[in-house]
Amino acid sequence: MPEQTEIAVDKEIDARGSFCPGPLMELIRGMKALPVGGTLAVLSSDPGSAKDIPAWIQKARHEFLGAFPQDGYTRFVARKAH
Amino acid sequence: MEERMSLIVFSGTVDKLMAASILTTGAAAMGMEVEVFLTTWGLEAFRKDSYKTNMRVSKDFEDYGPVMMEQMMAKKVPSWMDNFKGAKEVGEVKIYACSMTMELFGMKLEDMEPIVDDITGVATFVERAKEGRITLFI
Repeated sequence: MPEQTEIAVDKEIDARGSFCPGPLMELIRGMKALPVGGTLAVLSSDPGSAKDIPAWIQKARHEFLGAFPQDGYTRFVARKAH
Repeated sequence: MEERMSLIVFSGTVDKLMAASILTTGAAAMGMEVEVFLTTWGLEAFRKDSYKTNMRVSKDFEDYGPVMMEQMMAKKVPSWMDNFKGAKEVGEVKIYACSMTMELFGMKLEDMEPIVDDITGVATFVERAKEGRITLFI
């Protein structure tokens, strides 16, 4: 069984220690730079962003691949759908 | 109704500019059009280079000023000006200078930070704000 937390991505953004709206902004910038079909992960320790990130991914109609809690932070993974 | 947030920024203290900038960023990130109208002290805060030395905090909380600034530096929190610039990058954000204040303070568009797009009057603000979903006064 492949490790759920280890979905390989094209780009990983470490936004731990940065707070709202920091991680969300990093995600948006990261997505902009990605080609369609590319995947990225954002690491965030901020509680506000934990809600904002999936909400934004859905609103922007990209593919949300999951939120994986780690030790003291969460890894959010998404694929650029368009 | 338009997916737009109109914000009047009247205040020129770092604490309030911070709030205004985060609201702008949040709305822009969520795909809303944001129009910021700078007036009085808000406009003064956008005078070229002013943000580099602006350490003002609301009078009622001026004793918190130094602590707040220190915490922001220690936690590497982006400044309010960084937030406004970031907001422009991720979404549709327009920043307008109130023409009355410009006249009063003897300012021209060239005296303002480049992030200020244009000068408008109150009627424009009212027209734009009434079609939008969110209007705020800071």
